Amino acid sequence: MTQVSINERVLDISSGSPKLLGVRCKSCDNHMFPTQKGCPKCAGTDIEPIELGTRGTLWAWTIQGFPPKAPPYLGEVDPAKFEPYGVGYIEIPGQAKIEARLTEADPTKLSAGMDMELVAQPLCTDDDGNEIVTFAFAPVATE
Amino acid sequence: MSDVAIVGIGMHPFGRHEGVSGMEQGAHAVREACKDAGVEWQDVEFAFGGSSAAGAPDTMVAQLGLTGLQFINVQNGCATGGSALFAAANTIMSGAYDLGIAIGFDKHERGAFRIQAGNGGGRDWYGGSGMALTTQFFGMKINRYMQEYGITQNSLARVASKAFHNGALNEMAWRRQPFSEEEVLQSQMLSYPLTQYMFCSPGEGGVALILARADQAHKYTQKPIFLKSAVVRSRRFGSFEVLAPSLALEHRAGPTVDASKAAFEMAGIGPDDIDLAQLQDTESGAEIMHMAENGFCEHGEQESMLEKGETKIGGRFPVNTDGGCLANGEPVGASGLRQVYENVLQLRGDAGARQVPNDPKVAYTHVYGAPGISGVTILSR
Repeated sequence: MTQVSINERVLDISSGSPKLLGVRCKSCDNHMFPTQKGCPKCAGTDIEPIELGTRGTLWAWTIQGFPPKAPPYLGEVDPAKFEPYGVGYIEIPGQAKIEARLTEADPTKLSAGMDMELVAQPLCTDDDGNEIVTFAFAPVATE
Repeated sequence: MSDVAIVGIGMHPFGRHEGVSGMEQGAHAVREACKDAGVEWQDVEFAFGGSSAAGAPDTMVAQLGLTGLQFINVQNGCATGGSALFAAANTIMSGAYDLGIAIGFDKHERGAFRIQAGNGGGRDWYGGSGMALTTQFFGMKINRYMQEYGITQNSLARVASKAFHNGALNEMAWRRQPFSEEEVLQSQMLSYPLTQYMFCSPGEGGVALILARADQAHKYTQKPIFLKSAVVRSRRFGSFEVLAPSLALEHRAGPTVDASKAAFEMAGIGPDDIDLAQLQDTESGAEIMHMAENGFCEHGEQESMLEKGETKIGGRFPVNTDGGCLANGEPVGASGLRQVYENVLQLRGDAGARQVPNDPKVAYTHVYGAPGISGVTILSR
């Protein structure tokens, strides 16, 4: 099955490993995700594209316990089949805190400050039979 | 801002009203407010009206009467009502008009807000990935706050239980069945650590407030309530806000802190002078965090305040005396004006079974919402 990015302006999976596409303000070094044309920190407009780091630490988190509405949600919405998923902010050193799904949905296995890494996560299949993937962060194995 | 008074208030009950449009609920509130002030719709010189999902407010003149008045629509997220009030107050302060009305109403579909982004091309990746939910933000913010300041889940349950207890005393409220703290904790986990009964729901309702020049207030009412401050603030760089795909590394307080400080400065008083408050309680954690963000306690102090029942109606500092968003639901356009309506009743001494004792004199309202906006008012007798 062919995998396609949920949105190529945000998530690049062409190399086989996921990359998040952001921008950086050349005037004040503020990092932004997704891309935008102006800087909310210094109001500058001299912006360059960057790939965001793929490792970071968990800053805040919750567990999505009920199916979101579709549209816009592309994942499973049938209450009988829906499985809760984690959502959190991952602090990428020197860049920004990125909001993402988490591969872990057990509250006893999540805590602020733990190491996380970027992974691609399948969401659904489109009309052409391609698998649509989004991005998520997974706990880094400690051993 | 001592020269603006609220001289009439009207409300359509909050909740679910099959077959009644949001705008009809708004028009009902307007008629009630006119009756309360002893004026006719024809006497109203200008209006600011707000709704997020129930149509353009100015079209309600077709049901109220085509008098030719100046009618301006306001849409400002969760601060829509507060923004309408701010604009109406300033219209009177400027001297442009002497008597006007601020109106808010709404009617939302069931369940969590459906938020779809226009993102300039390609699929809606944010909503598509399951992150466009306001509920997640509140779960994340209180989860972090509880770790940082030692707030327990029992406190979350106490806030919700108090809200439903107060709602049971309020004939305008949607949820009028009291729930125990245990029942709140046992309800379905929606967004950890928040359960179903700790969250408010989008709903329906309408509120209208008639404002007049303070020096003319006694023409309309024996009990004018004076608007000492009305402030709206948006977020600054580094704050942690709802529906943000990314946040800055640096962290700073949100718009509530800015709006609160500005409102106290404008009124020339401080938190100790406030007798009761209506604070944004999108979920019970929000009420807890907003107690501190608005300056009414230190971070972490809420745990003992709730344990001692200090924010109950008979307590030292009553909060959300009408049941708040938890018991009333959140029709976005009307929600901020509901808080002001409740404070007017309390300051008039007309709040009935939920009247705050000892003759309160100064009352405070606060709203917070997407995309990082806050509105505060201070009222006095």
